[in-house]
Amino acid sequence: MNRLLNLLDKNCRLTNEQLAVMLDTTAEKVAAAIESYETQGIIHGYKAAIDWDKTDREYVIARIEIKVIPMRDHGFDEIARTIYSYDEVETCYLMSGGYDLAVTVSGKNFKDIALFVSQKLAPIDAVQSTSTHFVLKKYKERGVLLAEKERDMREDVL
Amino acid sequence: MIDYDSLLAEKVRQIKPSGIRRFFDIANEMDHVISLGVGEPDFRTPWAIRQAGIHSLEKGHTWYTANAGLAELRNEIADYLERRFQISYRSKDEILVTVGGSEAIDLAIRACINPGDEVLIPEPCFVAYSPITALTNGVPVPIETKAEDGFRLTAKALKEKITPKTKLLIFPFPNNPTGAVMRKEHLEEIAEVLRDTNILVLSDEIYAELTYGSQNHVSIASLPGMWERTVVVSGFSKAFAMTGWRLGYAAAPAPIMKQMIKVHQFAVMCAPTTSQHAAVEALKSCGEEIVKMREEYDMRRHFIVDGLNKLGLTCFNPEGAFYVFPSVQSTGLSSEDFCQKLLYAQRVAVVPGNSFGESGEGFVRISYSYSIEHLMEALKRIEAFLKTL
Ligand SMILES: Cc1ncc(COP(=O)(O)O)c(C=O)c1O
Repeated sequence: MNRLLNLLDKNCRLTNEQLAVMLDTTAEKVAAAIESYETQGIIHGYKAAIDWDKTDREYVIARIEIKVIPMRDHGFDEIARTIYSYDEVETCYLMSGGYDLAVTVSGKNFKDIALFVSQKLAPIDAVQSTSTHFVLKKYKERGVLLAEKERDMREDVL
Repeated sequence: MIDYDSLLAEKVRQIKPSGIRRFFDIANEMDHVISLGVGEPDFRTPWAIRQAGIHSLEKGHTWYTANAGLAELRNEIADYLERRFQISYRSKDEILVTVGGSEAIDLAIRACINPGDEVLIPEPCFVAYSPITALTNGVPVPIETKAEDGFRLTAKALKEKITPKTKLLIFPFPNNPTGAVMRKEHLEEIAEVLRDTNILVLSDEIYAELTYGSQNHVSIASLPGMWERTVVVSGFSKAFAMTGWRLGYAAAPAPIMKQMIKVHQFAVMCAPTTSQHAAVEALKSCGEEIVKMREEYDMRRHFIVDGLNKLGLTCFNPEGAFYVFPSVQSTGLSSEDFCQKLLYAQRVAVVPGNSFGESGEGFVRISYSYSIEHLMEALKRIEAFLKTL
Protein backbone atom coordinates (compact mmCIF):
# COMPACT_ATOMS: atom_id res chain seq x y z
CA MET A 1 0.00 0.00 0.00
CA ASN A 2 2.95 2.33 -0.49
CA ARG A 3 1.13 3.58 -3.53
CA LEU A 4 -1.66 4.83 -1.27
CA LEU A 5 0.85 6.80 0.78
CA ASN A 6 2.37 8.22 -2.39
CA LEU A 7 -1.02 9.39 -3.55
CA LEU A 8 -1.85 10.99 -0.21
CA ASP A 9 1.58 12.58 -0.10
CA LYS A 10 0.71 14.42 -3.30
CA ASN A 11 -2.93 15.11 -2.65
CA CYS A 12 -4.56 14.24 0.65
CA ARG A 13 -7.92 15.63 -0.41
CA LEU A 14 -8.78 12.71 -2.65
CA THR A 15 -11.76 10.80 -1.29
CA ASN A 16 -11.50 7.18 -0.27
CA GLU A 17 -13.66 6.31 -3.27
CA GLN A 18 -11.31 8.10 -5.63
CA LEU A 19 -8.28 6.51 -4.06
CA ALA A 20 -9.90 3.09 -4.27
CA VAL A 21 -10.57 3.48 -7.99
CA MET A 22 -7.03 4.58 -8.67
CA LEU A 23 -5.57 1.71 -6.72
CA ASP A 24 -8.05 -0.83 -8.06
CA THR A 25 -9.37 -1.73 -4.62
CA THR A 26 -12.38 -0.88 -2.44
CA ALA A 27 -13.11 2.25 -0.44
CA GLU A 28 -13.44 0.10 2.69
CA LYS A 29 -9.93 -1.25 2.25
CA VAL A 30 -8.59 2.25 1.71
CA ALA A 31 -10.34 3.50 4.85
CA ALA A 32 -8.93 0.61 6.86
CA ALA A 33 -5.42 1.17 5.54
CA ILE A 34 -5.53 4.87 6.31
CA GLU A 35 -6.79 4.23 9.82
CA SER A 36 -4.01 1.78 10.40
CA TYR A 37 -1.44 4.28 9.10
CA GLU A 38 -2.83 6.84 11.47
CA THR A 39 -2.72 4.60 14.52
CA GLN A 40 0.79 3.45 13.66
CA GLY A 41 1.85 7.06 13.36
CA ILE A 42 2.86 6.61 9.74
CA ILE A 43 0.41 9.33 8.80
CA HIS A 44 0.75 12.23 11.22
CA GLY A 45 -1.61 14.68 9.66
CA TYR A 46 -2.93 16.29 6.54
CA LYS A 47 -1.53 19.72 5.85
CA ALA A 48 -1.98 22.01 2.90
CA ALA A 49 1.17 23.07 1.09
CA ILE A 50 0.92 26.82 1.41
CA ASP A 51 3.28 29.34 -0.08
CA TRP A 52 2.99 32.02 2.61
CA ASP A 53 5.10 34.37 0.56
CA LYS A 54 2.13 34.84 -1.72
CA THR A 55 -0.12 35.88 1.16
CA ASP A 56 -0.06 39.04 3.25
CA ARG A 57 1.01 37.13 6.32
CA GLU A 58 4.39 38.24 7.59
CA TYR A 59 6.45 35.11 7.61
CA VAL A 60 10.15 34.50 7.76
CA ILE A 61 11.96 31.28 8.29
CA ALA A 62 15.50 30.41 9.19
CA ARG A 63 17.52 27.25 9.37
CA ILE A 64 19.58 27.03 12.49
CA GLU A 65 22.47 24.66 12.89
CA ILE A 66 22.99 23.82 16.53
CA LYS A 67 25.93 22.13 18.19
CA VAL A 68 25.02 20.59 21.51
CA ILE A 69 26.86 18.85 24.34
CA PRO A 70 24.98 15.74 25.37
CA MET A 71 25.30 15.05 29.07
CA ARG A 72 24.60 12.12 31.29
CA ASP A 73 20.83 11.57 31.58
CA HIS A 74 20.41 14.30 29.05
CA GLY A 75 21.07 12.89 25.56
CA PHE A 76 20.20 14.23 22.13
CA ASP A 77 16.55 13.27 22.40
CA GLU A 78 16.03 15.28 25.56
CA ILE A 79 17.83 18.30 24.20
CA ALA A 80 15.86 18.06 20.99
CA ARG A 81 12.63 17.94 22.96
CA THR A 82 13.53 21.09 24.84
CA ILE A 83 14.05 22.77 21.51
CA TYR A 84 11.23 21.40 19.37
CA SER A 85 8.65 22.08 22.05
CA TYR A 86 8.74 25.75 21.10
CA ASP A 87 5.92 26.59 18.67
CA GLU A 88 8.35 28.61 16.60
CA VAL A 89 10.19 25.40 15.66
CA GLU A 90 8.76 23.89 12.48
CA THR A 91 11.20 21.08 11.91
CA CYS A 92 13.93 19.57 14.04
CA TYR A 93 16.35 16.92 12.83
CA LEU A 94 19.31 15.14 14.41
CA MET A 95 22.15 15.35 11.91
CA SER A 96 25.39 13.58 11.15
CA GLY A 97 28.44 15.71 10.36
CA GLY A 98 29.54 19.15 11.44
CA TYR A 99 26.66 19.98 13.76
CA ASP A 100 24.02 18.09 15.67
CA LEU A 101 20.56 19.56 15.31
CA ALA A 102 19.07 21.20 12.26
CA VAL A 103 16.09 23.31 13.19
CA THR A 104 13.72 25.36 11.06
CA VAL A 105 12.25 28.28 12.91
CA SER A 106 9.54 30.63 11.71
CA GLY A 107 8.60 34.11 12.85
CA LYS A 108 7.02 37.34 11.67
CA ASN A 109 10.32 38.95 10.77
CA PHE A 110 14.09 38.61 11.07
CA LYS A 111 14.10 40.27 14.47
CA ASP A 112 11.62 37.76 15.84
CA ILE A 113 13.90 34.94 14.90
CA ALA A 114 17.03 36.66 16.13
CA LEU A 115 15.32 37.17 19.49
CA PHE A 116 14.20 33.55 19.58
CA VAL A 117 17.76 32.40 19.04
CA SER A 118 19.33 34.71 21.57
CA GLN A 119 16.65 34.41 24.24
CA LYS A 120 15.38 30.86 23.87
CA LEU A 121 17.98 28.70 22.19
CA ALA A 122 21.33 30.10 23.21
CA PRO A 123 20.65 30.02 26.97
CA ILE A 124 19.95 26.28 26.96
CA ASP A 125 22.83 24.69 28.87
CA ALA A 126 23.46 21.92 26.40
CA VAL A 127 23.59 24.30 23.44
CA GLN A 128 27.19 24.97 22.63
CA SER A 129 26.75 27.13 19.54
CA THR A 130 24.19 28.18 16.98
CA SER A 131 24.50 29.30 13.42
CA THR A 132 21.47 30.99 11.89
CA HIS A 133 20.72 31.12 8.16
CA PHE A 134 17.70 33.02 6.90
CA VAL A 135 15.75 31.62 4.00
CA LEU A 136 15.56 34.15 1.19
CA LYS A 137 13.51 32.22 -1.32
CA LYS A 138 11.92 28.81 -1.52
CA TYR A 139 12.30 27.08 -4.83
CA LYS A 140 10.94 23.66 -4.08
CA GLU A 141 9.25 22.23 -1.04
CA ARG A 142 8.35 18.60 -0.47
CA GLY A 143 8.66 17.87 -4.15
CA VAL A 144 6.54 20.82 -5.21
CA LEU A 145 8.05 23.60 -7.27
CA LEU A 146 7.18 26.96 -5.77
CA ALA A 147 9.29 29.34 -7.80
CA GLU A 148 8.08 28.50 -11.28
CA LYS A 149 4.54 27.94 -12.30
CA GLU A 150 4.21 24.70 -14.21
CA ARG A 151 2.38 25.33 -17.41
CA ASP A 152 1.30 22.77 -19.98
CA MET A 153 3.42 23.67 -22.96
CA ARG A 154 2.47 20.73 -25.12
CA GLU A 155 1.23 21.55 -28.58
CA ASP A 156 -1.30 19.63 -30.57
CA VAL A 157 0.77 17.86 -33.14
CA LEU A 158 -1.14 15.14 -34.88
CA MET B 1 0.44 33.53 -61.59
CA ILE B 2 1.66 30.10 -60.65
CA ASP B 3 -1.06 27.50 -60.67
CA TYR B 4 0.12 25.51 -57.69
CA ASP B 5 -2.69 23.01 -57.98
CA SER B 6 -1.45 21.79 -61.30
CA LEU B 7 2.20 21.95 -60.28
CA LEU B 8 2.34 20.16 -56.97
CA ALA B 9 2.51 16.42 -56.52
CA GLU B 10 -0.85 14.81 -57.01
CA LYS B 11 -0.14 12.11 -54.41
CA VAL B 12 0.63 14.67 -51.77
CA ARG B 13 -2.24 16.94 -52.61
CA GLN B 14 -4.60 14.04 -52.13
CA ILE B 15 -3.52 13.44 -48.55
CA LYS B 16 -6.17 14.67 -46.17
CA PRO B 17 -4.89 16.78 -43.28
CA SER B 18 -5.03 14.98 -39.93
CA GLY B 19 -8.47 15.10 -38.33
CA ILE B 20 -6.89 15.78 -34.96
CA ARG B 21 -5.16 18.86 -36.27
CA ARG B 22 -8.31 20.28 -37.75
CA PHE B 23 -10.15 19.91 -34.50
CA PHE B 24 -7.48 21.54 -32.41
CA ASP B 25 -7.31 24.53 -34.67
CA ILE B 26 -10.80 25.33 -33.37
CA ALA B 27 -9.90 24.63 -29.76
CA ASN B 28 -6.83 26.84 -29.96
CA GLU B 29 -8.96 29.84 -30.82
CA MET B 30 -10.90 29.51 -27.57
CA ASP B 31 -10.07 30.55 -24.01
CA HIS B 32 -10.09 28.35 -20.91
CA VAL B 33 -10.18 25.14 -22.87
CA ILE B 34 -9.08 22.13 -20.96
CA SER B 35 -7.62 19.57 -23.22
CA LEU B 36 -7.65 15.81 -23.07
CA GLY B 37 -6.29 15.64 -26.53
CA VAL B 38 -2.54 15.55 -26.30
CA GLY B 39 -0.74 12.40 -27.42
CA GLU B 40 2.47 12.79 -25.46
CA PRO B 41 3.54 12.32 -21.86
CA ASP B 42 2.95 15.19 -19.44
CA PHE B 43 6.13 14.24 -17.60
CA ARG B 44 9.31 16.05 -18.36
CA THR B 45 12.23 13.97 -19.51
CA PRO B 46 13.94 12.58 -16.39
CA TRP B 47 16.65 14.99 -15.28
CA ALA B 48 19.49 12.47 -15.60
CA ILE B 49 18.68 12.11 -19.29
CA ARG B 50 18.51 15.86 -19.83
CA GLN B 51 21.86 16.18 -18.03
CA ALA B 52 23.42 13.63 -20.36
CA GLY B 53 22.27 15.71 -23.31
CA ILE B 54 23.66 18.87 -21.74
CA HIS B 55 26.99 17.17 -20.99
CA SER B 56 27.34 15.99 -24.54
CA LEU B 57 26.94 19.58 -25.69
CA GLU B 58 29.45 20.82 -23.13
CA LYS B 59 31.92 18.27 -24.39
CA GLY B 60 31.33 19.53 -27.88
CA HIS B 61 29.72 16.45 -29.42
CA THR B 62 28.11 18.50 -32.11
CA TRP B 63 28.88 16.50 -35.24
CA TYR B 64 26.84 13.99 -37.20
CA THR B 65 26.94 10.47 -35.88
CA ALA B 66 27.28 7.37 -38.06
CA ASN B 67 24.24 7.04 -40.31
CA ALA B 68 22.87 4.15 -38.30
CA GLY B 69 23.44 5.98 -35.02
CA LEU B 70 26.08 5.96 -32.26
CA ALA B 71 27.52 2.48 -31.85
CA GLU B 72 27.14 2.78 -28.09
CA LEU B 73 23.46 3.59 -28.43
CA ARG B 74 22.84 0.74 -30.84
CA ASN B 75 24.51 -1.62 -28.39
CA GLU B 76 22.31 -0.33 -25.60
CA ILE B 77 19.21 -0.75 -27.75
CA ALA B 78 20.18 -4.32 -28.61
CA ASP B 79 20.73 -5.09 -24.91
CA TYR B 80 17.47 -3.48 -23.99
CA LEU B 81 15.41 -5.39 -26.58
CA GLU B 82 16.97 -8.64 -25.46
CA ARG B 83 16.54 -7.88 -21.76
CA ARG B 84 12.97 -6.59 -21.90
CA PHE B 85 11.39 -8.53 -24.75
CA GLN B 86 13.74 -11.42 -25.50
CA ILE B 87 14.31 -10.40 -29.09
CA SER B 88 17.86 -10.48 -30.43
CA TYR B 89 19.33 -8.09 -32.95
CA ARG B 90 22.93 -7.49 -33.98
CA SER B 91 23.71 -3.89 -33.19
CA LYS B 92 25.99 -3.67 -36.22
CA ASP B 93 23.48 -4.19 -39.00
CA GLU B 94 20.07 -4.89 -37.52
CA ILE B 95 19.42 -1.73 -35.53
CA LEU B 96 18.91 1.76 -36.89
CA VAL B 97 18.49 4.91 -34.84
CA THR B 98 15.87 7.18 -36.38
CA VAL B 99 14.21 10.57 -36.01
CA GLY B 100 11.40 9.32 -33.81
CA GLY B 101 9.41 6.17 -34.32
CA SER B 102 7.78 8.25 -37.04
CA GLU B 103 10.78 8.07 -39.31
CA ALA B 104 11.19 4.36 -38.66
CA ILE B 105 7.59 3.82 -39.82
CA ASP B 106 8.25 5.83 -42.94
CA LEU B 107 11.46 3.93 -43.74
CA ALA B 108 9.95 0.52 -43.16
CA ILE B 109 7.02 1.18 -45.44
CA ARG B 110 9.19 2.74 -48.13
CA ALA B 111 11.65 -0.14 -47.98
CA CYS B 112 8.96 -2.79 -48.39
CA ILE B 113 6.31 -1.45 -50.73
CA ASN B 114 6.15 -1.71 -54.50
CA PRO B 115 3.39 0.09 -56.39
CA GLY B 116 0.11 -1.76 -55.94
CA ASP B 117 1.21 -3.71 -52.87
CA GLU B 118 -1.47 -3.93 -50.25
CA VAL B 119 -0.77 -2.80 -46.72
CA LEU B 120 -3.11 -4.11 -44.04
CA ILE B 121 -3.86 -1.50 -41.41
CA PRO B 122 -5.91 -2.43 -38.33
CA GLU B 123 -8.07 0.56 -37.43
CA PRO B 124 -8.67 2.65 -35.41
CA CYS B 125 -4.96 3.44 -35.37
CA PHE B 126 -2.26 6.10 -35.39
CA VAL B 127 -2.76 8.41 -38.33
CA ALA B 128 0.57 8.09 -40.17
CA TYR B 129 0.48 4.61 -41.68
CA SER B 130 -2.11 5.17 -44.35
CA PRO B 131 -0.78 8.41 -45.90
CA ILE B 132 2.76 7.06 -45.99
CA THR B 133 1.52 3.91 -47.70
CA ALA B 134 -0.29 6.04 -50.24
CA LEU B 135 2.86 8.10 -50.89
CA THR B 136 4.76 4.95 -51.74
CA ASN B 137 1.99 3.97 -54.18
CA GLY B 138 0.93 1.15 -51.91
CA VAL B 139 -2.72 0.45 -51.25
CA PRO B 140 -3.90 0.90 -47.66
CA VAL B 141 -6.37 -1.82 -46.70
CA PRO B 142 -8.07 -1.06 -43.39
CA ILE B 143 -9.04 -3.91 -41.09
CA GLU B 144 -11.73 -2.93 -38.65
CA THR B 145 -11.10 -3.88 -35.02
CA LYS B 146 -14.09 -3.92 -32.71
CA ALA B 147 -14.90 -2.88 -29.18
CA GLU B 148 -16.34 -6.31 -28.45
CA ASP B 149 -12.93 -7.86 -29.25
CA GLY B 150 -11.21 -5.31 -27.04
CA PHE B 151 -10.07 -3.64 -30.30
CA ARG B 152 -7.69 -6.52 -30.91
CA LEU B 153 -6.85 -7.82 -34.34
CA THR B 154 -8.36 -11.28 -34.75
CA ALA B 155 -7.06 -14.03 -37.01
CA LYS B 156 -10.41 -14.14 -38.72
CA ALA B 157 -10.48 -10.44 -39.59
CA LEU B 158 -6.89 -10.67 -40.80
CA LYS B 159 -7.50 -13.69 -43.03
CA GLU B 160 -10.46 -12.02 -44.68
CA LYS B 161 -8.29 -9.18 -45.94
CA ILE B 162 -5.30 -11.14 -47.17
CA THR B 163 -4.97 -11.29 -50.96
CA PRO B 164 -2.09 -12.30 -53.25
CA LYS B 165 -1.12 -8.62 -53.26
CA THR B 166 -0.78 -8.32 -49.49
CA LYS B 167 2.77 -7.25 -48.67
CA LEU B 168 2.77 -5.78 -45.20
CA LEU B 169 0.74 -5.92 -42.02
CA ILE B 170 0.93 -2.87 -39.78
CA PHE B 171 0.75 -4.13 -36.25
CA PRO B 172 0.07 -1.19 -33.93
CA PHE B 173 -0.11 -2.55 -30.38
CA PRO B 174 -0.32 -1.27 -27.66
CA ASN B 175 -2.69 0.84 -29.67
CA ASN B 176 -3.17 4.55 -30.07
CA PRO B 177 -6.11 5.48 -29.81
CA THR B 178 -7.84 2.46 -28.25
CA GLY B 179 -5.31 1.32 -25.66
CA ALA B 180 -5.75 -2.25 -26.91
CA VAL B 181 -2.98 -4.73 -26.18
CA MET B 182 -2.28 -8.06 -27.87
CA ARG B 183 -1.28 -10.61 -25.25
CA LYS B 184 0.81 -13.62 -26.09
CA GLU B 185 -2.16 -15.87 -26.87
CA HIS B 186 -3.59 -13.28 -29.24
CA LEU B 187 -0.25 -12.91 -30.98
CA GLU B 188 0.01 -16.65 -31.45
CA GLU B 189 -3.23 -16.60 -33.42
CA ILE B 190 -1.91 -13.90 -35.75
CA ALA B 191 1.47 -15.56 -36.16
CA GLU B 192 -0.28 -18.77 -37.16
CA VAL B 193 -1.93 -16.95 -40.06
CA LEU B 194 1.26 -15.26 -41.23
CA ARG B 195 3.89 -17.97 -40.82
CA ASP B 196 3.53 -19.62 -44.18
CA THR B 197 3.02 -16.43 -46.15
CA ASN B 198 5.34 -13.84 -47.61
CA ILE B 199 3.73 -11.10 -45.61
CA LEU B 200 5.98 -8.75 -43.65
CA VAL B 201 5.01 -7.09 -40.37
CA LEU B 202 5.66 -3.58 -39.16
CA SER B 203 5.23 -3.89 -35.42
CA ASP B 204 4.85 -0.42 -33.93
CA GLU B 205 5.81 -0.98 -30.29
CA ILE B 206 6.30 2.63 -29.28
CA TYR B 207 4.02 2.09 -26.25
CA ALA B 208 5.63 -1.22 -25.23
CA GLU B 209 6.68 0.15 -21.83
CA LEU B 210 3.17 1.33 -21.11
CA THR B 211 1.18 -1.83 -20.55
CA TYR B 212 -0.71 -2.35 -17.33
CA GLY B 213 -1.45 -5.40 -15.28
CA SER B 214 0.89 -8.17 -14.38
CA GLN B 215 1.99 -9.11 -17.88
CA ASN B 216 4.83 -7.50 -19.73
CA HIS B 217 4.49 -6.45 -23.36
CA VAL B 218 5.24 -9.28 -25.78
CA SER B 219 6.73 -8.45 -29.16
CA ILE B 220 5.31 -10.35 -32.09
CA ALA B 221 8.91 -10.71 -33.29
CA SER B 222 9.58 -13.04 -30.36
CA LEU B 223 7.22 -15.71 -31.69
CA PRO B 224 8.57 -18.56 -33.80
CA GLY B 225 8.64 -17.76 -37.50
CA MET B 226 8.03 -14.06 -36.93
CA TRP B 227 11.44 -12.50 -36.32
CA GLU B 228 12.50 -12.91 -39.93
CA ARG B 229 9.43 -11.09 -41.28
CA THR B 230 9.10 -8.32 -38.72
CA VAL B 231 10.37 -4.76 -38.47
CA VAL B 232 10.08 -3.65 -34.86
CA VAL B 233 9.59 0.10 -34.51
CA SER B 234 9.99 1.81 -31.17
CA GLY B 235 11.47 4.89 -29.62
CA PHE B 236 12.10 7.10 -26.64
CA SER B 237 9.15 9.47 -26.94
CA LYS B 238 6.60 7.68 -24.82
CA ALA B 239 8.61 5.36 -22.57
CA PHE B 240 11.09 8.03 -21.45
CA ALA B 241 8.95 11.11 -21.99
CA MET B 242 11.30 12.31 -24.72
CA THR B 243 8.97 13.40 -27.52
CA GLY B 244 10.83 16.61 -28.28
CA TRP B 245 14.17 14.88 -28.66
CA ARG B 246 12.90 13.17 -31.81
CA LEU B 247 14.52 9.83 -31.29
CA GLY B 248 13.36 6.35 -32.17
CA TYR B 249 14.68 3.19 -33.74
CA ALA B 250 13.93 0.22 -35.92
CA ALA B 251 15.14 -3.34 -35.46
CA ALA B 252 14.89 -5.73 -38.37
CA PRO B 253 16.71 -8.52 -40.19
CA ALA B 254 19.78 -7.22 -42.02
CA PRO B 255 18.38 -7.51 -45.57
CA ILE B 256 15.45 -5.24 -44.71
CA MET B 257 17.65 -2.91 -42.71
CA LYS B 258 20.09 -2.57 -45.56
CA GLN B 259 17.34 -0.97 -47.66
CA MET B 260 15.93 1.15 -44.84
CA ILE B 261 19.29 2.65 -44.03
CA LYS B 262 19.74 3.92 -47.57
CA VAL B 263 16.55 5.92 -47.38
CA HIS B 264 17.51 7.17 -43.92
CA GLN B 265 20.96 8.20 -45.08
CA PHE B 266 19.67 10.27 -47.97
CA ALA B 267 16.68 11.72 -46.14
CA VAL B 268 18.15 12.77 -42.78
CA MET B 269 21.80 11.54 -42.57
CA CYS B 270 21.47 10.62 -38.92
CA ALA B 271 19.27 11.19 -35.89
CA PRO B 272 20.08 14.21 -33.65
CA THR B 273 23.44 13.69 -31.95
CA THR B 274 22.56 15.30 -28.62
CA SER B 275 19.46 13.17 -28.36
CA GLN B 276 21.45 10.04 -29.02
CA HIS B 277 23.82 10.78 -26.16
CA ALA B 278 20.88 11.43 -23.88
CA ALA B 279 19.24 8.19 -24.98
CA VAL B 280 22.29 6.16 -23.97
CA GLU B 281 21.76 7.43 -20.43
CA ALA B 282 18.04 6.67 -20.66
CA LEU B 283 18.64 3.02 -21.47
CA LYS B 284 21.51 2.65 -19.03
CA SER B 285 19.98 4.09 -15.93
CA CYS B 286 16.35 5.05 -16.18
CA GLY B 287 14.46 1.80 -15.75
CA GLU B 288 13.07 3.01 -12.45
CA GLU B 289 11.80 6.23 -13.94
CA ILE B 290 9.80 4.21 -16.43
CA VAL B 291 8.23 2.21 -13.63
CA LYS B 292 7.28 5.37 -11.75
CA MET B 293 5.65 6.94 -14.76
CA ARG B 294 3.85 3.71 -15.62
CA GLU B 295 2.41 3.48 -12.10
CA GLU B 296 1.20 7.03 -12.34
CA TYR B 297 -0.47 6.39 -15.70
CA ASP B 298 -2.02 3.24 -14.31
CA MET B 299 -3.71 5.11 -11.46
CA ARG B 300 -5.02 7.72 -13.86
CA ARG B 301 -6.25 4.98 -16.16
CA HIS B 302 -8.34 3.43 -13.41
CA PHE B 303 -9.61 6.85 -12.46
CA ILE B 304 -10.71 7.96 -15.92
CA VAL B 305 -12.19 4.61 -16.99
CA ASP B 306 -14.25 4.46 -13.82
CA GLY B 307 -15.32 8.09 -14.19
CA LEU B 308 -16.39 7.72 -17.81
CA ASN B 309 -18.26 4.50 -17.22
CA LYS B 310 -20.13 6.14 -14.35
CA LEU B 311 -21.16 8.91 -16.73
CA GLY B 312 -22.56 6.35 -19.15
CA LEU B 313 -19.77 6.73 -21.70
CA THR B 314 -18.91 3.07 -21.73
CA CYS B 315 -15.33 2.31 -22.34
CA PHE B 316 -13.56 -0.98 -22.35
CA ASN B 317 -10.61 -1.18 -20.03
CA PRO B 318 -7.54 -0.25 -22.06
CA GLU B 319 -4.45 -2.23 -21.16
CA GLY B 320 -1.81 -0.08 -22.78
CA ALA B 321 -0.65 3.38 -23.93
CA PHE B 322 -2.30 6.41 -22.26
CA TYR B 323 -5.62 6.66 -24.02
CA VAL B 324 -9.17 5.58 -23.35
CA PHE B 325 -11.60 5.20 -26.18
CA PRO B 326 -15.13 5.53 -24.82
CA SER B 327 -18.22 5.06 -26.91
CA VAL B 328 -20.44 8.13 -27.30
CA GLN B 329 -23.20 6.21 -29.03
CA SER B 330 -25.48 6.52 -26.00
CA THR B 331 -25.67 10.26 -26.67
CA GLY B 332 -26.99 9.75 -30.17
CA LEU B 333 -24.28 12.08 -31.49
CA SER B 334 -21.64 11.34 -34.07
CA SER B 335 -18.03 11.50 -32.89
CA GLU B 336 -17.48 14.88 -34.50
CA ASP B 337 -20.73 16.35 -33.19
CA PHE B 338 -20.01 15.12 -29.71
CA CYS B 339 -16.54 16.67 -29.71
CA GLN B 340 -17.66 19.93 -31.19
CA LYS B 341 -20.60 20.34 -28.83
CA LEU B 342 -18.50 19.40 -25.83
CA LEU B 343 -15.90 21.90 -26.86
CA TYR B 344 -18.34 24.76 -27.34
CA ALA B 345 -20.51 23.98 -24.32
CA GLN B 346 -17.90 23.06 -21.71
CA ARG B 347 -14.56 23.84 -23.34
CA VAL B 348 -13.19 20.34 -23.09
CA ALA B 349 -11.21 19.14 -26.07
CA VAL B 350 -11.22 15.44 -26.93
CA VAL B 351 -10.49 13.87 -30.29
CA PRO B 352 -13.20 12.36 -32.51
CA GLY B 353 -12.68 8.62 -32.96
CA ASN B 354 -13.13 8.75 -36.70
CA SER B 355 -9.83 10.66 -36.98
CA PHE B 356 -8.25 7.25 -36.51
CA GLY B 357 -10.17 5.46 -39.24
CA GLU B 358 -13.81 5.01 -40.12
CA SER B 359 -14.24 2.28 -37.56
CA GLY B 360 -13.53 4.85 -34.86
CA GLU B 361 -16.89 6.47 -35.55
CA GLY B 362 -19.05 6.51 -32.44
CA PHE B 363 -16.02 6.83 -30.15
CA VAL B 364 -13.76 9.59 -28.88
CA ARG B 365 -10.14 9.46 -27.79
CA ILE B 366 -9.33 10.76 -24.37
CA SER B 367 -5.73 11.01 -23.28
CA TYR B 368 -4.86 10.57 -19.64
CA SER B 369 -1.41 12.00 -19.79
CA TYR B 370 -2.68 14.71 -17.45
CA SER B 371 -2.68 15.17 -13.69
CA ILE B 372 -5.50 13.66 -11.65
CA GLU B 373 -6.69 17.16 -10.78
CA HIS B 374 -6.91 18.01 -14.46
CA LEU B 375 -8.81 14.80 -15.20
CA MET B 376 -11.21 15.50 -12.32
CA GLU B 377 -12.06 18.91 -13.67
CA ALA B 378 -12.54 17.48 -17.16
CA LEU B 379 -14.88 14.75 -15.89
CA LYS B 380 -16.91 17.36 -14.04
CA ARG B 381 -17.33 19.35 -17.21
CA ILE B 382 -18.19 16.28 -19.28
CA GLU B 383 -20.83 15.37 -16.71
CA ALA B 384 -22.33 18.84 -16.95
CA PHE B 385 -22.32 18.57 -20.73
CA LEU B 386 -24.08 15.20 -20.75
CA LYS B 387 -26.83 16.59 -18.52
CA THR B 388 -27.72 19.16 -21.16
CA LEU B 389 -28.28 16.58 -23.89
C1 LIG C 1 1.35 4.51 -32.38
C2 LIG C 1 2.40 5.55 -32.56
N1 LIG C 1 3.49 5.25 -33.28
C3 LIG C 1 4.46 6.15 -33.47
C4 LIG C 1 4.38 7.42 -32.96
C5 LIG C 1 5.50 8.36 -33.27
O1 LIG C 1 6.21 8.76 -32.17
P1 LIG C 1 7.67 9.39 -32.28
O2 LIG C 1 7.92 9.76 -33.69
O3 LIG C 1 7.66 10.57 -31.38
O4 LIG C 1 8.62 8.33 -31.83
C6 LIG C 1 3.27 7.78 -32.21
C7 LIG C 1 3.13 9.14 -31.65
O5 LIG C 1 2.10 9.59 -31.25
C8 LIG C 1 2.25 6.82 -31.99
O6 LIG C 1 1.17 7.11 -31.27
